[in-house]
Amino acid sequence: MARITASVYSSHVPAIGVAVDQGRTGEPYWQKMFAGFEFSKQWMKDNTPDVVFLVYNDHATAFSLEIIPTFAIGCAAEFRPADEGWGPRPVPAVKGHPELAAHIAQSVIMDDFDLTIVNRMDVDHGLTVPLSLMCGQPAAWPCPVIPFAVNVVQYPVPSGRRCFNLGRAIRKAVESYDAPLKVQVWGTGGMSHQLQGPRAGLINREWDNAFLDRLIADPAGLAQVPHIEYVREAGSEGIELVMWLIARGAMSDNLPKVAHRFYHVPASNTAVGHLILENQ
Amino acid sequence: MALEKPYKDVPGTTIFDAEQSRKGYHLNQFCVSLMKPENRARFKANERAYLDEWPMSEEQKQAVLARDLNWCIRLGGNIYFLARIGATDGKSFQQMAGSMTGMSEEEYRDMMVAGGRPVEGNRYTHEWEKQ
Repeated sequence: MARITASVYSSHVPAIGVAVDQGRTGEPYWQKMFAGFEFSKQWMKDNTPDVVFLVYNDHATAFSLEIIPTFAIGCAAEFRPADEGWGPRPVPAVKGHPELAAHIAQSVIMDDFDLTIVNRMDVDHGLTVPLSLMCGQPAAWPCPVIPFAVNVVQYPVPSGRRCFNLGRAIRKAVESYDAPLKVQVWGTGGMSHQLQGPRAGLINREWDNAFLDRLIADPAGLAQVPHIEYVREAGSEGIELVMWLIARGAMSDNLPKVAHRFYHVPASNTAVGHLILENQ
Repeated sequence: MALEKPYKDVPGTTIFDAEQSRKGYHLNQFCVSLMKPENRARFKANERAYLDEWPMSEEQKQAVLARDLNWCIRLGGNIYFLARIGATDGKSFQQMAGSMTGMSEEEYRDMMVAGGRPVEGNRYTHEWEKQ
């Protein structure tokens, strides 16, 4: 049977991708942020899974306002890096895992979560920046990736509680897959940031760190936090953090081992948070 | 009965909800079109003519021509969509976000490096009205 071995959490700021692609990670502005991921790149080499289930949000790239799926699972064999207006990132194409993706879709929909099945889409920085942070600049990504896009662009986005329960349904789906695959679930986006209006630039270090504490030790309680608290305390785009609860819900009910924890302000407009949690 | 929208009571913030999305549909879809290099070139060559191909309101067109992102957002624009205009102009996300705050590019960058805008005094609309 397949099993979930670990979960990884990280921000997915587009400027991080630009810094990687332009070889600027050693610049004073970026040095400290990328230093926080040195451990993670080694950990990823030592713990390469068979599949990464990557929860992220599309930023008006694959989904315009024509169709706005709340949850969309990528079931294709390959996903290409999107042109977001600056040209596509020079990173490898993402190989999917159509068999496991189809299995998860079947199981999770039977558990009352209405997933949109996507057989063709390009993936934007929301998906490729976390891969760059965890894997560096390889010629090919180290394993297949199932993209799982969550609508956090048009309000109302799914609640933290629904995301946490969806994570549990994903865990059940993975554990019923009849092949001995090691699967990691990644939750991306956040942490505190606001990209719009006169309040742009909001950062809340204290709230972010309390979020990290509770994500580790009290995820079911954290899942009860309403939308308005994210908006008020962590900025309008801080609401992306509900996606971390999907990854956390996919972990076992035992307290996880904290393999790595990192927090840094700023990357462009955003607070960068990062956790690696191992099932034990 | 009206829907409860507590996020209306956050200063300097417009939440892109279903109502805003309806107002801004054509404005945002115009922005999506700028993801294609040939459309970016056509827009740059004659902005007004390109905008006139879209069923946007005159005010929405003026807001785009003025590159006033706060104005665009009031008219239903969403920042992830509006970012395509900034990309077409060669602007970074930080330059775009900063342009909405009334700060200079350098002041905004310095604020972020110093830890960002604090949440104290920025939670509720009434906190800004007192200033």
